[in-house]
Amino acid sequence: MTSTPAALTVSDLAVDLGGRRVLEHTDLTISRGELVGLIGPNGAGKTTLLRTILGLLRPAAGTIHAADRTSRPARGRIGYVPQRHEFAWDYPISVAGAVMTGLTGRLGPLRRPNLTHWEAVADALDRVRMADLAERPVGQLSGGQRQRVLVARALVSRPALLLLDEPFTGLDMPTQELLSDLFTRLAREDRAVLMTTHDLAAARYGCDRLALLNRTVIAAGTAAELAARPDVWMATFGVTADSPLLRILKVA
Amino acid sequence: MSPTDFLADLLNPDLTFLPKALAIAVISSVVCGIVGTHVVLRGMAFIGDAVSHAVFPGLAIAFVIEGDLVLGGTLAGVATAVLVAVFSQNRRLKEDSLIGIFFVAAFALGVVVISQTPGYAGSLEQFLFGSITGIPTSDLYLAGGAGAAVLTVMFLLHKEFVTISLDRESARALGVPVFWFDLVLYVLVTVAVVISVQTIGNILVLALLVTPAATARMLTDRLGVMMLISPVIGGLAALVGLYVSWSEDLPTGGTIVLVLTALFLLSWLLAPKQGLLAKLARGVTRRSGEESPLAPEERPGPVAAELPTKTSGDSAEPRPRSRRPSLLVISVLLAVLGVTALVAAALSPA
Repeated sequence: MTSTPAALTVSDLAVDLGGRRVLEHTDLTISRGELVGLIGPNGAGKTTLLRTILGLLRPAAGTIHAADRTSRPARGRIGYVPQRHEFAWDYPISVAGAVMTGLTGRLGPLRRPNLTHWEAVADALDRVRMADLAERPVGQLSGGQRQRVLVARALVSRPALLLLDEPFTGLDMPTQELLSDLFTRLAREDRAVLMTTHDLAAARYGCDRLALLNRTVIAAGTAAELAARPDVWMATFGVTADSPLLRILKVA
Repeated sequence: MSPTDFLADLLNPDLTFLPKALAIAVISSVVCGIVGTHVVLRGMAFIGDAVSHAVFPGLAIAFVIEGDLVLGGTLAGVATAVLVAVFSQNRRLKEDSLIGIFFVAAFALGVVVISQTPGYAGSLEQFLFGSITGIPTSDLYLAGGAGAAVLTVMFLLHKEFVTISLDRESARALGVPVFWFDLVLYVLVTVAVVISVQTIGNILVLALLVTPAATARMLTDRLGVMMLISPVIGGLAALVGLYVSWSEDLPTGGTIVLVLTALFLLSWLLAPKQGLLAKLARGVTRRSGEESPLAPEERPGPVAAELPTKTSGDSAEPRPRSRRPSLLVISVLLAVLGVTALVAAALSPA
């Protein structure tokens, strides 16, 4: 193995929201093949970081190199999986139709999807093991299946970087495990996957590396590396050394 | 009056306004029925209401200065839609509050403007409740042309509208300019409203946008089918409504809306899957201990439902997926619209 090229490099990033600095001096690098969990309390700036990487927010300072491009035009070149409640599940559309909307930006106005695009949809559904449900209306799917549809929609443009916003929220443990396996598999297919989550256990066991975020990336490393550093967990979550959080995580 | 008598009246050279009214009512209903699918699916009914009120000052001003009513209404509706779209970029105020502010202001302006004309009460009533007499033939061509243009734009931008309706944030992340497409959709709604206002009236036109699409939604889970059923329901209601209003001497707009509402109530009761009776029947079936009508994978169940479905072995093979029915449907509707306008124009020597 010669190298694992970085699919995402965030350097000294600062982002302001409503006149308030939400992120500052933020650095993060993710390589292809890697599944990284972005961990932090509410209001730490996780979603803001994702939205900035997507090009939906303009950085106040710093640079983002994503999907082989620097600065804003990463739009449409990154697979984005929003939180499940963002999607209109009561819309009368089939699973395949919903996944096809992942190509809307690339196709541009006036162009209609052709056979190649439908093949890409079938391929994306295959990757998330949803090929058999392609024609089903999205409103009839379970929570885990819905999450898979959103992942397939993000995969259909074959991005090198996949961003997942809280994919485990509201799902039971077996479903989380299946999804976690899926995310690892997708990362191993030469993609970089960045996932925000509040589920610390799932992140710890499922992710290759963790990045602890609270206004900045306080620490990044494997679960084992971070387990030896209670200080960074305390700084990220604002807890004391006797917090149950550290005991649950078995941080030294 | 029998349907045959109605047909005879339609062909009567002394009643040339009648076929024109029918053509405009059918064109309006078909265009509103298709545009209305987006209005209903995006929960934009309030915007539809706003636009229909906002065209009023334009109609009033055009009436006072003896200008073109359709053009005046379109300009006023689009101006209000742009104001709402621009002001709603500031997230401090929600869109519905802004719509409340601007459409009432527009309507108030219309009332003030039209009050300056002598005998304004009659004109006001005509605008608010519609009229089937006195539609110039040029308006018929205008309605046909504008309707065809609306449907063409909707067809060309279909996938963008769907993508934005599903999830605005992801649409932005995909590089879709959401603001501009919102604006285009508002303009399409405005034009659909303006061509309908003359026969249906300003107040009742909302029903053309919402009721056929809502009825269609009760009947199907497929967008393409919904976009087919909705204009058919609208067109049917326009035909039946005009017939009933003509034979019973009832106001046309009101009768069409009542026919639409009756169709909606029927679908609400009798729709095969979502209707009240079907739901009651399913409840009885389940209570009696019979097999659930849902297939196993449809039943909500945390573990079983999440198990990965088997990978189809032929995934590499191109799956010839059925093209969106909307393509065919919209082409057919465009043709029907054009033919309707032409036939009606030919029937009216004026």
